[in-house]
Amino acid sequence: MAEAAGEESYIHPMDQFLIKPLFGDGPVGFLTITNSTLWMFIAVGCVAALTIFGTSSRALVPTRMQSVAEMMYGLVRKMVEEVAGHGAMAYFPYIFTLFSFILFTNLLGMIPTSFTPTTHIAVTATLALAVFVTVTVIGFWKHGTRFLSLFWPAQAPLALRPVLAVIEVISYFVRPVSHSIRLGANIMAGHAVLKVFAGLFAMVLAGGLGPVAILPLGAMVAMTALEVLVAVIQAYVFAILTCVYLHDALHLH
Amino acid sequence: MDAEAAALLGKYLGAGLACLAMAGAAIGVGNVAGNFLNGALRNPAAAREQTATLFIGLAFAEALGIFGLVVAMLLLFAV
Repeated sequence: MAEAAGEESYIHPMDQFLIKPLFGDGPVGFLTITNSTLWMFIAVGCVAALTIFGTSSRALVPTRMQSVAEMMYGLVRKMVEEVAGHGAMAYFPYIFTLFSFILFTNLLGMIPTSFTPTTHIAVTATLALAVFVTVTVIGFWKHGTRFLSLFWPAQAPLALRPVLAVIEVISYFVRPVSHSIRLGANIMAGHAVLKVFAGLFAMVLAGGLGPVAILPLGAMVAMTALEVLVAVIQAYVFAILTCVYLHDALHLH
Repeated sequence: MDAEAAALLGKYLGAGLACLAMAGAAIGVGNVAGNFLNGALRNPAAAREQTATLFIGLAFAEALGIFGLVVAMLLLFAV
């Protein structure tokens, strides 16, 4: 990131989100290996390592790695049972995959100079659209055309129903938008704020105001702690909203 | 003021105004968390089961503020 700024000492806070090819300077195509794909692969590797090595010994008294893997499994399992309801356990592997992938991309992004793929709407929109398509297909597959009753609130007064139906349809199609932007913008905004404070720190130091630099430095430390929390919460929220949408498709409200 | 400067002025003013959406999100998130705490302190036994609902509520309240932030980002970097 520092070398991207070149001879300028000022580093733009959005520079960290630049997609760069890992090998050479060619244009970024469909199959180009970029820093984004590299960190996605690292996240997948970490998830695979945690789940494979964490469960290989299956000790009664778990090692640290095993208890982390068990905690993650237990958290997602409880969430699917409680939120998505009866019959949703068939889709547990999908939700666990989503949760662990997003959690690890978010947390690996907190390592300085690393890259966070979930800051890009392209990545989060793909995940959210996959959820949207999956849930819609499951709904039609389970209920056939009765799935459309999701948009026709039968409890409401008759005169209100057409208006509510329009609102329901719109809110159904806004789901992937809010689902993806919530994750992407949260992580992106947090990382941008971190870099703003880092830039402030460098500016204060360059300005010769030495001791004052403790203020942006302290703010940066506090923001880093907050961002770790946000990384976990956003992964949890993404998974739990997937469960909510799945519940709608399986049980029609 | 020529047209270009006016456009730039409007762009930055619009980005700043779009950030007002976050005030609404702050009120919403505070409402959700405050009311949850209110209920949880009255009946702590039932609180643990409702944390999932809490996070769903927080996510929905927060999303609308994030939309404002996205509008601001689009104005600053894409328009």
